[in-house]
Amino acid sequence: MYYSPTPLHIPDGFLSLIVSVICWVITVAILGVAVSKTNKALGEKQIPLMGVMAAFIFAAQMINFPVAGGTSGHMLGGALAAIVLGPWAGMLVMTAVVAVQALLFQDGGLLVMGANILNMGLVTAAIGYGLYRSVSGSSKGVKLGVIGVAAWLSVMAGALLTSLQLWLSGTSQLDIVIPAMLGVHALIGLGEALITVFAVAFIMQTRPDLLGEGSESAKGSRSWVFVGAIISLLVVLLSPLASADPDGLERVATDMGFINAGQSAPYEIIPDYTLPFLGETALSTIFAGVVGVVVVGIIILLVGRGMKAHS
Amino acid sequence: MPVTHIKNNFKAPECDGDILAVNDLHFSYPDGHSALHGVSLKLCEGDKVALVGPNGAGKSTLMLHLNGILGGKGEVEIAGMRLNRDNLPAIRAQVGLVFQNPDDQLFSPTVFEDVAFGPLHMGLPEDEVRARVEAALDAVRMTSYRDRLSHHLSVGEKKRIAIATVLSMNPSLLVLDEPSAGLDPRARRTLINLLRDLPITMLVSTHDMKLVEELFPRTIVMDEGKVVADGLTMDILKDEALLNAHGLEKP
Amino acid sequence: MHFDAFDRYHDKESFLHRLDPRVKVVVTIVFILSNALLPDGAWLAFLTAWLFLLLANHLSKLGLGYSLKRSIIALPFALIAITVLFSIPGNPLTTLRFITWDFTITDAGLLRFVSILIRSWLSVQMAILLVAVTRFPDIIHALEHLRVPAVLTTIIAFLYRYLFVLTDEVFRLLRARESRSAAAIGTRSGGGVFWRAKVAGNMAGQLFLRSYERSDRIYNAMIARGYAGHLYTLNPHEMKSRDYYVTAFAVLIIFLMQVIGRF
Repeated sequence: MYYSPTPLHIPDGFLSLIVSVICWVITVAILGVAVSKTNKALGEKQIPLMGVMAAFIFAAQMINFPVAGGTSGHMLGGALAAIVLGPWAGMLVMTAVVAVQALLFQDGGLLVMGANILNMGLVTAAIGYGLYRSVSGSSKGVKLGVIGVAAWLSVMAGALLTSLQLWLSGTSQLDIVIPAMLGVHALIGLGEALITVFAVAFIMQTRPDLLGEGSESAKGSRSWVFVGAIISLLVVLLSPLASADPDGLERVATDMGFINAGQSAPYEIIPDYTLPFLGETALSTIFAGVVGVVVVGIIILLVGRGMKAHS
Repeated sequence: MPVTHIKNNFKAPECDGDILAVNDLHFSYPDGHSALHGVSLKLCEGDKVALVGPNGAGKSTLMLHLNGILGGKGEVEIAGMRLNRDNLPAIRAQVGLVFQNPDDQLFSPTVFEDVAFGPLHMGLPEDEVRARVEAALDAVRMTSYRDRLSHHLSVGEKKRIAIATVLSMNPSLLVLDEPSAGLDPRARRTLINLLRDLPITMLVSTHDMKLVEELFPRTIVMDEGKVVADGLTMDILKDEALLNAHGLEKP
Repeated sequence: MHFDAFDRYHDKESFLHRLDPRVKVVVTIVFILSNALLPDGAWLAFLTAWLFLLLANHLSKLGLGYSLKRSIIALPFALIAITVLFSIPGNPLTTLRFITWDFTITDAGLLRFVSILIRSWLSVQMAILLVAVTRFPDIIHALEHLRVPAVLTTIIAFLYRYLFVLTDEVFRLLRARESRSAAAIGTRSGGGVFWRAKVAGNMAGQLFLRSYERSDRIYNAMIARGYAGHLYTLNPHEMKSRDYYVTAFAVLIIFLMQVIGRF
């Protein structure tokens, strides 16, 4: 009743194993840094603050406003979380939100959670904070304007990444999924931008100390400006390119080894029957044997543990 | 110098402050707003004392001083220990502070985890923690709620669990902020019975004058950051001039 | 507030309810992983996976069709995979006409599309079952046991505790907005989209500040009970022999699925 799955929460089954694993690796690496950074800088107050802020983002996603024709605007919150909490804490908070949505509501899958965290939590926070940080010290109007652009771009970045992952998984056709996803999210992003701007404006007015000098928000490193700028640039350049010239992107993917160039359908990557980096060789048969032995080993180990626990 | 109020002649019961002694406490918030101007009071073993006064009188601020969450100028002594930085952990175990909103007090997903939080952070071993959780839940008559989820509880149940979360630390002083606020009559009655039966020294801030009359032999009236009266409840409730002057009503 | 709208746990006394949460989390993930590994069109393996799922449903005492009933949640997303129907080369099955475009569904495309849907449908059902038979705090404990960083599990625990409190606040705010959005007969209520967005944004800002202040009060409640920057928890779960056997059994079945899927 309160819950409407958005097109950015990918369920299990729609991403291939390889793409899911690659996304998990990237996500875990970034989160590892985030955890160690926040652990180091962690004031005692930060734990309950981040916890309640995660609940805030979760609840704020339910605030909507009617647009037209039965549709409504609402907010994902990645940019807002990073702007008010700082980039690393913002990422952890968004990760918790995505994790709870997947675990508790099946809004987004588990194996693909790495991708979902990356798309909705990490990239959105990086871009939101990076652009916001670039105008620290500017007037309120400039800040709010940039926040709006950042919030919009954060949604577009998430949508672009999602499209690319779906395409690389052989789930969607590039020349359809990119324009479709970006088109829809260009509108969704407007909702995000408006709510984020008005929310920050409200906070600036009532508790300026929370965003001013010395606040968590101001402590993020200046190098975030570069991160934000680079992601923004990628989104701005890649989106039209991918829509206009999907073949170009496919060529890149082929060169990078994502797509099996020998296949007639270019997006049908990663042959399912064998491990992609091994190919259909004797090696993969041997590998299958090894996997079998490992699984048997695991089973024996578990039964052994069970007997030990029994006695 | 502390100002002596001679408007009334209530006498605080004879007590040398073996549980709590606050002497000439002053405090101002960082924004400059001054909340306490020389508060002094004493509590002895077994005292059940009501703390009344209008909003903004400084009751909550005073309570936050009792276990060092706020630190103003003046002396606070708990069970003979002078509150300072070094004995803060020990003091916090001695003073069970229950906040007004049980949703702030109960921050763990399950009742068990919340009641275990205090003893765990006192560094007690697991067996002792579990035993204390049982005892605390038993004291508020909620043993069957151990594995319940906090957000499933009614307000009345939350209030009782909130009390259990500090009882598990075996405090020598229980400090409650507005325990009966927001309760329906039945939950309020259960809470009153519970507070009456708890064999522990308590200081309870409240606007509920009926509760004061029924439960607390002694009442302290605060206004504008000062103690303006401290004496037997039945005497204070008779003094209509005093009650009117500080925005209180006869029950 | 109807908390049931958010709580997916169903209290029952069943074999699955009593299992260690770690076992349930790990088996769910391995099952989903296995689905992702199964090749397109491995019908027999899909069938085995479904039987495994039915067994789990049965063991949960929630009824054989429990997870099925709730599994439509992932369906809208199927739209995103629709292009594979037309884009994978193969023998044409049928052609759809849409204005001026012809879409030819191929057998290879259909095979891939159906396989994606089945994988997704099987996986989401297992995840649904996981939260139906495991209390969410126990899932958090399982994550702690499985070495998820404490900062994250703590944030998740707070999120779970306060999502009920804060969504309640959101609904109060939304209700207050609704009750003030009156309109004269024949006119539309409220201003333009911009104005409505501003109201929503202010609501979010207001909610943020309330949450911020709440976190302050929670912090006070924590330090009042001895918190000094380090969180301690009890290890509430212990693996019993049954838990090991069940894991071994599940791994075996899932491995067999993979074997079946490849021959």
